[in-house]
Amino acid sequence: MEHVVIIGNGISGVTAARHIRKLSSKRITIISAESEYFFSRTALMYVYMGHMKFEHTQPYEDWFWKKNNIELIKGFVKTIDTNSKTLFFESGNSLKFDKLIIATGSKPNKFGWPGQDLKGVFGMYHKQDLESLEQLAPNNKVCKRAVIVGGGLIGIELAEMLHSRNIPVTFLVRESSFWNGVLPERESQMINRHIKGHHIDLRLSSNLKQINSDENGHVKSIIIEETGEEIACDLVGLTAGVSPNIEFLKSTEIEVNRGVLVNRHLETNIPNIYAIGDCAEQHEPIGNRRPIEAVWYTGRMMGEVIAQTICGKKMSYNPGHWFNSAKFFDIEYQTYGWVFSKPKENHRHFHWKHIDDNKCITIEYNTITSEFLGINTFGIRMRHETFNTWLNEKRDIDYVINHLSEANFDPELYNCYENDILITYKNQLQKA
Amino acid sequence: MSYKFQESMSLAKPDAQDLTLKQKISIFIGFTGLFILILSLFNIDFPHKSLFLGLALGCITFGTILFSNQIYLKKSKGIKNDGVWFKSISSKGFLGWVTGVTLTLFYIVLYFYPYLLGLGEKGNPNTGLIALFDPLSSLLNGHDASQWFVYGTLYTLGILVFGYKFILKYRHNRYQQLRTSSVMFFQLAFAFLIPELMSRLNSESFSLPYYDLKSIWPLNYYNFEKYRIDEFINAGNIGLALLVFGVISIFIITPILTYKYGKRWYCSWVCGCGALAETVGDPFRQLSDKRQVAWKIERWVIHSVLVFVILMTTAVIYSYLGKDTSKYWLSKEVFLGLVGGLLSLVFVLSMIFKRQELGKDARYGAIGYFVIIISLMSIHFLDPHSKLFLFKAETLRTAYGFIIGSIFSGVIGTGFYPIFGSRVWCRFGCPMAAILGFQQRLFSKFRITTNGGQCISCGNCSNYCEMGIDVRSYAQKGENIVRSSCVGCGICSAVCPRGVLKLENGNVNGRINPNDILLGNDVNLMDILKR
Repeated sequence: MEHVVIIGNGISGVTAARHIRKLSSKRITIISAESEYFFSRTALMYVYMGHMKFEHTQPYEDWFWKKNNIELIKGFVKTIDTNSKTLFFESGNSLKFDKLIIATGSKPNKFGWPGQDLKGVFGMYHKQDLESLEQLAPNNKVCKRAVIVGGGLIGIELAEMLHSRNIPVTFLVRESSFWNGVLPERESQMINRHIKGHHIDLRLSSNLKQINSDENGHVKSIIIEETGEEIACDLVGLTAGVSPNIEFLKSTEIEVNRGVLVNRHLETNIPNIYAIGDCAEQHEPIGNRRPIEAVWYTGRMMGEVIAQTICGKKMSYNPGHWFNSAKFFDIEYQTYGWVFSKPKENHRHFHWKHIDDNKCITIEYNTITSEFLGINTFGIRMRHETFNTWLNEKRDIDYVINHLSEANFDPELYNCYENDILITYKNQLQKA
Repeated sequence: MSYKFQESMSLAKPDAQDLTLKQKISIFIGFTGLFILILSLFNIDFPHKSLFLGLALGCITFGTILFSNQIYLKKSKGIKNDGVWFKSISSKGFLGWVTGVTLTLFYIVLYFYPYLLGLGEKGNPNTGLIALFDPLSSLLNGHDASQWFVYGTLYTLGILVFGYKFILKYRHNRYQQLRTSSVMFFQLAFAFLIPELMSRLNSESFSLPYYDLKSIWPLNYYNFEKYRIDEFINAGNIGLALLVFGVISIFIITPILTYKYGKRWYCSWVCGCGALAETVGDPFRQLSDKRQVAWKIERWVIHSVLVFVILMTTAVIYSYLGKDTSKYWLSKEVFLGLVGGLLSLVFVLSMIFKRQELGKDARYGAIGYFVIIISLMSIHFLDPHSKLFLFKAETLRTAYGFIIGSIFSGVIGTGFYPIFGSRVWCRFGCPMAAILGFQQRLFSKFRITTNGGQCISCGNCSNYCEMGIDVRSYAQKGENIVRSSCVGCGICSAVCPRGVLKLENGNVNGRINPNDILLGNDVNLMDILKR
């Protein structure tokens, strides 16, 4: 029987395994060094915040794997011999495979800052990171102040986590406004205000110069590049993005760049070896997407596709319209289609913000054709399926604004803002 | 695997949110009120009962309100679940167990040893706790208090003050606010004030049974017992109207509302048991068992209770009906025929039209129970001397009242809040929930819609589902949630960090939508798998 081995038990690897099982009776083995069972990485924050226990982050009960005949191995793959199709574990064991899926995800970036390996410095990604955070910052007596370096999605979640235990946080953001490489300026500034509203010491346009050590090799303070200011702290969270977790492939014949290089079929340069999820890098970017997409949803989608290929229905990874979501403290964010931080050529943004400063939307559209290109929505839930249909049908912005209530996904009995949005839209048209 | 944050012996206390001065004061006030009630249990005779009762209830109310303001009003609007699994009370820790045991013992005393609370027996005046409530009772209904009056007052007070707390906790969420206001209103008006005031109308010549209009058979399993029917009928037009309303609410109002809105119109907007679970029980909602095995047990237990209540009620009504149709059209045999006919109709229609939607165990269970009921009826028809359903109606009634009415709904259902979560009764025991759930699963527009491919499998929805539904298992497949047990509280939707869940009443077609591939991938792949 053909043996499919998957390295990595995150959403990509597990989705692949589940779909291969649906389509075939191949032998399936999932390997992970991080955890015994699949858990939702995005939910780790809620464990620290006390919303859930770790076991609640596991989407399947423990019996699920045996029942579906999916073997689990806890171990760290040291290297791969692609000729003999063998994995070698750190423990000295080895495992033969017929087909291999590499789904090892990411690791936090470190940019060579002085002091980045001190005790008390960590990146928030793995389950083990959560465990060390629990040691380093159980409360605000052990951890009197924390500094977070890097203004992305993990950074703001870490700020929320620490805030939940009343630990004062200084948040260093390299950019002039939070996540403004992705978010349009006015949205980004609304989030700035929201962050400050939660008493986070937000420092924009601030880079980390160095991390200072006390006599025990533990972090004592950090210094800001721009001002030279020293900030005393007990914890430094490095959240300046992630990069593919593929160190163990460096000595193999598998072709890598920043990630494992794959074609549109998610095949590497070696036959029968594939890569999916955060660790895969497309030779050519697909549309407006980046060659490496470190997003939950794309990992899941690649897992769905690779299962088809492995089970004999060769299929290329062909993602549909872009979508994503996040939550910034109390403000939920969803995006459908493409809204760029600055409108592309011949594009324009329509922006509406509610008076409470917690809700806004931005729509990007083409000024020549009026085609609707994408929406960012903050504090108002919108329907994925509706926007997917509108993007397929290439609706224009007039249509979208006039039918916005069809896309509303807020709970029943909530206040609606479609009328207000429509009025704002009409006023802007008159001005334009 | 060791997680420091789950060890309560940790020197570094994970729940570092220490109490503020105002919170300490509010705890002092609240527990002073509670302490007066406890003192009265020891038969301490307070001189001015109205004053002390007012003081006790006032302090409890004021303390809770002040405490809630302190927790929620100082923070921004949003989900407030920080530290839920760290706190001893809400994570089956020491405080949780102490509370659970205390509540359980209270229920045992309340149901079986009310004289320990001070109920005066054989015409003797009340003492202790119950005597403390005499002034309020005579104000409302003109009589001295009973243990049920004391319980009803505390129950209503609990729903009101913890309802206030709940509304503050979810002050960003209008669905939660309106729903909670609704249960607070129905409890105060329908369950508490109206029946008490109604009993004021009672005199030597006119008497209505104590009737909470929103409490529908079979939750109100004693509604059609002989003494109540006699009272209804003797009370003339008003009584008859109430009796008719009781029947209409089962056969007309309930099916229509459940078809349009799902069982939530009752379970989380009107029902008193639901009201307590959603307010006082809210800190315990995450404790419900989410394992698949719990769901399997749930299905068997709750439907068995339903069968039990149908048998019991049929036997009771049968026992007091006459034999002669010429005196009154509804005779023993006509009644039995109606019950058998209705059950057969429901059984046959579901089996013909909804067979595909029933699980294997549901089919076996339905066939099994149907055969048993019909054969018991046939045995009785063949041998009229035998007892209907083998036992005396009185035996069935007492057994049901004891096992289900007292032990299950009270002692286990509420006493075990801090251990099994807040909806144990609603999930495993309530026959009303079983009927509504049956309708909701098969004949309703209600569903929880999932939002395309946006789920990140975080598990907040499942964790905070008081009914123990593994919501995530549907959401991560992009599948709508259509489950008989869902009471539509809307908390899964509230706690979802990605805006994936929405309670909706929509078109019946496409309500259940199994998806293999979620939205997001290329269209061909989705088509291939849908075929």
